[in-house]
Amino acid sequence: MNGLRSLVVVGFIGLCTACGGGHQQGASAGPPPGAKRVDNATAGSLAGRVLLDGAVPANLPIKMAADPFCLAQNPNGASFENYVVTDGGLENVFVYVKDGLGNYYFDAPTEPAKLDQQGCRYHPHVLGIRTGQPLEISNSDETMHNVHALPDANREFNIGQAIKHQVDKRTFTTREVMVRFKCDVHGWMNAFAGVMDHPYFAVTHDGGRFELKNLPAGTYTVEAWHEKLGTQTQKVTLSEKQAAEITFTFKAPAPAGN
Amino acid sequence: MSQPLTAGNMIWLHRYTKLVVVATLLLITAGGMVTSTGSGLSVPDWPTTYGWSMFSFPFDKWVGGIFYEHGHRLIASTVGFLTIILAIWTWRVERRPWVRRLGFAALGAVILQGLLGGITVLLFLPPAVSIGHAALAQLFFCITLSLALVTSPGWRDDAPASDDGSLRRIAGATTGLVYVQILLGATMRHTGAGLAIPTFPLASGHIVPPAWSGAIAIHFAHRVGALAVVAAILTTAACVYRRHRDARELVRPAALLVMLALLQATLGAFVVWSALQPFINTLHVVNGALVLGTSLILTLRAFKPVIDARAIRGARVDVSGARYTMLRSEFDVGSQARGVHLEAGREGRP
Repeated sequence: MNGLRSLVVVGFIGLCTACGGGHQQGASAGPPPGAKRVDNATAGSLAGRVLLDGAVPANLPIKMAADPFCLAQNPNGASFENYVVTDGGLENVFVYVKDGLGNYYFDAPTEPAKLDQQGCRYHPHVLGIRTGQPLEISNSDETMHNVHALPDANREFNIGQAIKHQVDKRTFTTREVMVRFKCDVHGWMNAFAGVMDHPYFAVTHDGGRFELKNLPAGTYTVEAWHEKLGTQTQKVTLSEKQAAEITFTFKAPAPAGN
Repeated sequence: MSQPLTAGNMIWLHRYTKLVVVATLLLITAGGMVTSTGSGLSVPDWPTTYGWSMFSFPFDKWVGGIFYEHGHRLIASTVGFLTIILAIWTWRVERRPWVRRLGFAALGAVILQGLLGGITVLLFLPPAVSIGHAALAQLFFCITLSLALVTSPGWRDDAPASDDGSLRRIAGATTGLVYVQILLGATMRHTGAGLAIPTFPLASGHIVPPAWSGAIAIHFAHRVGALAVVAAILTTAACVYRRHRDARELVRPAALLVMLALLQATLGAFVVWSALQPFINTLHVVNGALVLGTSLILTLRAFKPVIDARAIRGARVDVSGARYTMLRSEFDVGSQARGVHLEAGREGRP
């Protein structure tokens, strides 16, 4: 009898282990056969700017009257972040290596990427994240938010964050450009995440600048994505230890009515 | 056990049914605002609201899209509660078996409707479920409206309208067509095709869109459907005016139907011109329900001779062994009030 009980217990533990093993498999999976790691000693870098050619379109104002808290947080009014231009450079552009990396292997970072809701806006508006990397979503507002991710290739989710300082974590499993986030409570709130299976991506900041570090020698297709202006690609060949520079130039849309 | 049938409790049942109809129209309005403002997922959980019980969710947290979604849920709960009472009341007071069944059909529909509403939230608004939710909303409205009509003194007391098979066919087809048109509209709304053709009345300068996609096809079908519905309604109205000019119970809904249809077409144009302004969009949805409801009333009144004849036939079968006058359930106090005497094998006015 004891033998039978032991068998059942061992079987149950085995079953649990098997089930749990599947969950952990992604984190502990080793490099695929033949994959190589980047040698930082010989790697180069790719830097550059994303420029906007033409008059900067005006960002539409946001009506926040639907939530008194949001209104109070933005006493001078607020506008959308579609076109953020400094020194002729376009910010919030996601630049990434689209193709050409070959069979390199990269560990997923354990440090979470962060998406915060503050003043009824997402911070940052555009971000990059790795597959398997935790995304820490927090609410710094004293109002209700829902965080609704609308991916195509990954699993959709919708989290309610009713309490200030509430934090939730999610991960993405599949490369995707871009995953849109929206708040259905505050219809103006949206953010975008580029989900990458490698570390060669950046979001343009001051002056539309970006930099992709530790990029091994090779020929790459580099893409720049903007939420309103679409995408542009360039072919870049990088030799060992080279610090290359490229520039993307998006044409500003014609003013409405033209 | 059914209560004794009196004119008093019947009139109160009729009034109550009208209250349910109004509440249902309010619910359709609230649901329309949820979709029009894109608030369907502003409350991610169901049946709770951000972890609170639906009925204890603090009012100061009704902000942004939550106001519409949570408000919709509370109104839906109220309508559900009203419908439970309606079904029980109808069962206890009403003697016509098919009316009693209609009461429970309303209850079944409202329960299914609540479940569909919850499922569509939990599954992130899949179009098929959301369209089903919109379609069942209109059916539920039709059921409550039918109950209000057949429990009304007018329906019970008035002599049957003249038996016109052509009108029945035309009015019935029109009601069916209006419902199909509403389904097309719901499909358009829940697949994001509302501005697939962003200009009106032409599609980028063409009568027929120069380019096609699934969304454009749905949108264009809704526009073509609108023309078909208007034509059907005008045909129905013409039939009523030509052949039943003295029948107020037909002329009045026919006239109202024409006015509502024209208003609906105008609202449809403004929905496009305003780029889906939520209030105009919702008004279009609610007025669509009114068009359907008015067409249904006209159709039911056109079918009244058939319905009454079936009821009388059923009564004869029921009483054939009892040698008694027809069941009061089939010919109620209203008939008695106007002095109609029916005996097995004979019916008529004294």
